[in-house]
Amino acid sequence: MPQRQLTGGRIRERRIALGLRQADLAKQAGISASYLNLIEHNRRRIGGKLLLDLSAALGVEPSALTEGAEAALIATLREAASAVPHVQPETEAIEDLAARFPGWAGVLVERHRRVLTLERTVEQLADRLTHDPYLAASMHEVLSSVTAIRSTAAILVDPREIEPEWRDRFHRNINEDAARLARSAQALVAYLDGAGKADAALSSPQDEMERFLTRRGHHFAELEEECTAHDRVIAAIIEGDEALQSASARAQARVYLERYRMDAERLPLARLQAARGAASTAEEGLDPLHLSARLGVDPATVMRRLASLPVADDRETSPQMPVGLVSCDASGTLLLRRALDGFALPRFGAACPRWPLFAALSRPMTPLRQTLRQSGRHGRLFRAYAIAQPVGQADYNADPLFEAHMLILPLSQDTVGPALDAETAAPREVGVSCRICPARDCEGRREPSILTDGF
Amino acid sequence: MARHVLIIEDEPNIIEAISFILTRDGWQVDTHSNGHDAVDVVRARAPDLVILDVMLPGRSGYDILTDLRAGADTRDLPILMLTARGQARDRELAEKAGASRFMTKPFSNADVIEALNALVAK
Repeated sequence: MPQRQLTGGRIRERRIALGLRQADLAKQAGISASYLNLIEHNRRRIGGKLLLDLSAALGVEPSALTEGAEAALIATLREAASAVPHVQPETEAIEDLAARFPGWAGVLVERHRRVLTLERTVEQLADRLTHDPYLAASMHEVLSSVTAIRSTAAILVDPREIEPEWRDRFHRNINEDAARLARSAQALVAYLDGAGKADAALSSPQDEMERFLTRRGHHFAELEEECTAHDRVIAAIIEGDEALQSASARAQARVYLERYRMDAERLPLARLQAARGAASTAEEGLDPLHLSARLGVDPATVMRRLASLPVADDRETSPQMPVGLVSCDASGTLLLRRALDGFALPRFGAACPRWPLFAALSRPMTPLRQTLRQSGRHGRLFRAYAIAQPVGQADYNADPLFEAHMLILPLSQDTVGPALDAETAAPREVGVSCRICPARDCEGRREPSILTDGF
Repeated sequence: MARHVLIIEDEPNIIEAISFILTRDGWQVDTHSNGHDAVDVVRARAPDLVILDVMLPGRSGYDILTDLRAGADTRDLPILMLTARGQARDRELAEKAGASRFMTKPFSNADVIEALNALVAK
């Protein structure tokens, strides 16, 4: 009976906040102070008229004393249990646990949240230090400069005779390399300064680009409107955003925004929203193939447009239905990531090879749809739609380059209704990336997991 | 007759410094700075020894080394690998790919000369 137990604590908190003594509140509710004491310590059931009287005396709705926190607590306990299925926790007794031992239940929930936070930090730091291309390039730059300086300096201090022409040349080289070293070292220190924090300051061009898109919610209203000077609009967006500091990030942003503009011309927002509004179910309103057929636009463009819907409009049309999107090139390198709560994406390096995104690359132009669950996360289900389409202009006898997109939706009763039970039967287990994936015996594993095997 | 060394490295100032010390030490020095055609260049110039950087534009030094070890004419060619990393894994990769010797940047000029002389003396 979780409601009985946890409600007691809330009554006590509310009473103390109002500065009421137990005796005063008990009197107003028509019970004895000792009985109220038992209720507040979760030793007596409360409901019906007594709950109404107490809530009236405390000036709150009865639901404020009985709903919300219990459901959240139990949901988090379930999540913690699903993260360690091999332990085989008694999931049927979760409510009983929360009711009889609310303190211990709270400890479990708190520990679970802490583990999730730490895993995320470990994931970000480990990825940054091992796969971050910016860090690797910076380190290479520093070591190359140092090598050149060391070798050249040793020549100059060598007591053996050296021709003046060579000496001048080596002096110039040392000067060049010293300047280069100073620049690289400064950039590296600035980078490492932020690397110890999970939400580090801007550092690599990829970070800058991601921050830019996240801040804008992946939506650019300026590019949705008819206009003849989009080049200027795009330039203004890039210049006006302080997240885009490096030349590389600005170049990436330009490519992204130019494609955004082309997508918006091909599939204007109003048309997309009208098609979504006419869909018979919430999922149909986000089904790329359904929308593609209805609108006469290719599925990849539909996916990109769905991932760039304005948040407010999206909520109006489909409450609590955010979408995630990842794109990769033919090498499997992730190009674009729109995060979706609950479906983790690798910050750097390669993703899980079991994602339909990569299966799509081996079956170009074949739309794929799969139900997914990420191993060791929380047991939530997601629907993934993926397709690989050629990029660039077709040419005679030229093999096209393909780019794959994967749209991700959270699966719930809201999206698929009663069919959810059938979906949960056999979801495809996928990971984030091998380094932080707890899955054992995976045929796709590239390297050991730091979560199961340590560093 | 001077021993012939081919330096495959993309940093011009490193090439210049190493070329200078090796020339002064009596080597005939040849250089190349691109990874993608490095295997062809080695075969065409037929050096006595190769200094090969790991991080090259166009192709990794490990891949170049693997190709050279697969060819009958370059299977036994002494190759000194240079890398900006020094972790055990990089050393393992170099050894697995068939490096005759491995040297981590930044290195001293004396170490380079000592390594080359040791390799050709074998």
